[in-house]
Amino acid sequence: MAEKIIELKNVTKYFDDNLVIDNVSFYVKKGEFITFLGPSGCGKTTTLRMIAGFDLPTSGQILLGGKDVSQLPPNKRPVNTVFQRYALFPHLNVFENIAFGLRCKKVVNTYENDKGEKYTRREKLSKKEISDKVKKALEIVDLEGFEKRSISTLSGGQQQRVAIARAIVNEPEILLLDEPLGALDLKMRKEMQIELKEIHRRLGITFIYVTHDQEEALTMSDTIVVMADGVVQQIGTPKGIYDEPANTFVADFIGESNIFSGKVVGDKQVKFCGKTFACLDDFGVNEIVDVVVRPEDLKMCAPEEGVLKGEVLSVVFKGIHYEITVKVGKYEIVVQSTESREIGDKIGLTVAPDGIHLMKPRYTSNIFDGVITKHNTVEFADGEFECDVTQLYPGSHIDDEEYLITASGEKIDLTGVEVKVEVGLSDVTISDDAEAGGTTGHIISIIYKGDHYRLIVRTEEEEEDFVLSTDDLWNENDYVSVIIPKDKIKLTLKNAEAKK
Amino acid sequence: MKLPRFSRKTLGIPYAVFLVFFVIIPMLVIVFYAFTTGVKDPETGAESFSFSFSNFLRFFSDPTKLSTIVYSLVIALVTTVCCLLIAYPVAYILARSRLKKKFVILMLFVLPMWINFVLRVNALREIFNLLSLAPALESLTSANYFKTIFGMVYDFLPFMILPLYTTIMKIDQSLYEASADLGGSALVTFTRVTLPLSMPGIMSGVTMVFLPSMTNYVVSDMLGNAKVTIIGKFIYEYFGNDWHMGSMVALVLLVVVFLSSWLSGGFKADENVRGTNL
Repeated sequence: MAEKIIELKNVTKYFDDNLVIDNVSFYVKKGEFITFLGPSGCGKTTTLRMIAGFDLPTSGQILLGGKDVSQLPPNKRPVNTVFQRYALFPHLNVFENIAFGLRCKKVVNTYENDKGEKYTRREKLSKKEISDKVKKALEIVDLEGFEKRSISTLSGGQQQRVAIARAIVNEPEILLLDEPLGALDLKMRKEMQIELKEIHRRLGITFIYVTHDQEEALTMSDTIVVMADGVVQQIGTPKGIYDEPANTFVADFIGESNIFSGKVVGDKQVKFCGKTFACLDDFGVNEIVDVVVRPEDLKMCAPEEGVLKGEVLSVVFKGIHYEITVKVGKYEIVVQSTESREIGDKIGLTVAPDGIHLMKPRYTSNIFDGVITKHNTVEFADGEFECDVTQLYPGSHIDDEEYLITASGEKIDLTGVEVKVEVGLSDVTISDDAEAGGTTGHIISIIYKGDHYRLIVRTEEEEEDFVLSTDDLWNENDYVSVIIPKDKIKLTLKNAEAKK
Repeated sequence: MKLPRFSRKTLGIPYAVFLVFFVIIPMLVIVFYAFTTGVKDPETGAESFSFSFSNFLRFFSDPTKLSTIVYSLVIALVTTVCCLLIAYPVAYILARSRLKKKFVILMLFVLPMWINFVLRVNALREIFNLLSLAPALESLTSANYFKTIFGMVYDFLPFMILPLYTTIMKIDQSLYEASADLGGSALVTFTRVTLPLSMPGIMSGVTMVFLPSMTNYVVSDMLGNAKVTIIGKFIYEYFGNDWHMGSMVALVLLVVVFLSSWLSGGFKADENVRGTNL
């Protein structure tokens, strides 16, 4: 196994009170092309900036070649960065931009005096050394002869190349690239992707690349680190991540996916969409699972041959393939195929066992810490909900003064008692009337699961997440209120002592 | 109804008239007075002019006048340098701090601009009077110069802070990061990134302080016990009785100002930030 060039150990980062990186640990092998992939705000850029030294971790360690560099300033780290918006110095020409790092550098030279004794001196690079290195760097990025040009006369792509040259001329151990192609148009991006890959091959140094573009990550990387909400979701090769996503988030984010809720019904047998399929993943019988099927793993056939039968809802030509939506019962399934079908066609669908990926559902119910308040309501996740407190003590009831009377006739004041609150995924409903529910929040994630949507609503103050299933289509960022019926709130006493 | 259409040309007419009457003609009048001498007819009271270089020769052969020019230049130069040395750190710290209320601090520095200039200088004089504990020291001419320069720095400081602040504010944060990333220490980042990129602000601050401090004789009069004479004072005095000489001094000043602007690159219109955000 290759040497670990950089390792993050339990790195956590807060900005003021906001947790942006939550206990992240991973390592990067020497010479690797590794990509941090995730939606905006997932913490990928912050992770990169901590490696570069622009942000310092709140806790945890960053080891560079085995040495802890977490508190080192950027100018003392053997890494260089290609910035998102290039950050080229506008007052310097191309040559001076690239030479900037070289002029800061001091090297140890060994000399011999008349008596034959050797001595060393820390010296700046000579003019010739600098101009040779700059010239070489410009060759690598294909910008020979651009030395005298001013930055403002360059196109976006050329500026991009100068930014790369400026970083690699210092021969860093690690090159950090923060969404470097984000500002380029599609065609240019594709070209630069190939070129970056080629530069990586020629230099043989470690590249750490940040992007939100899953295709870019799949094309370029040796290893992908998928991040969301400041947490690493999965680390693996592009193929590994695509073929075996660790959870529904990864499956949904990388490539197209059909995601279903299923149940294991036997040895390597899973039931979803009302049918039983053979699969390769081993799970316990009766376990509830999330099932991911890639659109290209679904094969179309005659209706009588298919396990699933349905009707074609829409056909979209995508260049290399057709994207066909099939209505199977109440499920909508997306299929990719080089063959087309007509809308309204009755077709069958089959999936090979290796096309079915099972994963543990990330959420099976919502669990919160709550406190019972005065009127036998429970407070959690920024809100107050009506609940049935008698469930805490079997056989108890509430008297006229709102005191709880236990089965043995004991009078208990529950105000301030801490409880564990559990709410099932399908028991939570949301409404766009902010007054309708016990608490309010924004929708932060939507995943389509064949016949329903899986939403996550995050409250504003405590940032508690409600996971729920709904048939209705909502939009990300919608402001909604969360409604939970009184009888669906399951309470358990947190402190066993209180129970006596 | 048809709206009257104004072409750019017609809209420009009022400005052209303004320029002719308030800039070009007065300039020509100054040049005219500077290179003529007038003789008053004792009988009719009418004045007759004759072309002459005598004002020019008188000015340049008079050591007091020449030394006044030099003094004015030195005072203006010292004032500008002091303003720059005080203003740059203030502007730099304010522009780069993450303070939410930094606007308030900036306002406090700029606030004196909104108080009447004469009042401020008077107040400063009173403070100096209160502080004059050693009368022997007071009588020295250098004390007068010190007080003059102090007053000017006090007066012109906001004009230096504002352009510097806006220019430094506009420097992209990622450029500092890029410099550090490439191995630049704090000093290297300052000398090779911050300073060159704040040059436009420095230039406009310098022009806004240097030029007025050469001519603002109110400060030198009130604080310098009338012992410090700068070129502006000359012009004021000559226009009392000798317009010809006054015009000549004004013309010389114009040339000096022109030359210093030209040398400081003030005519490079591009990317020169003279305005402020306030």
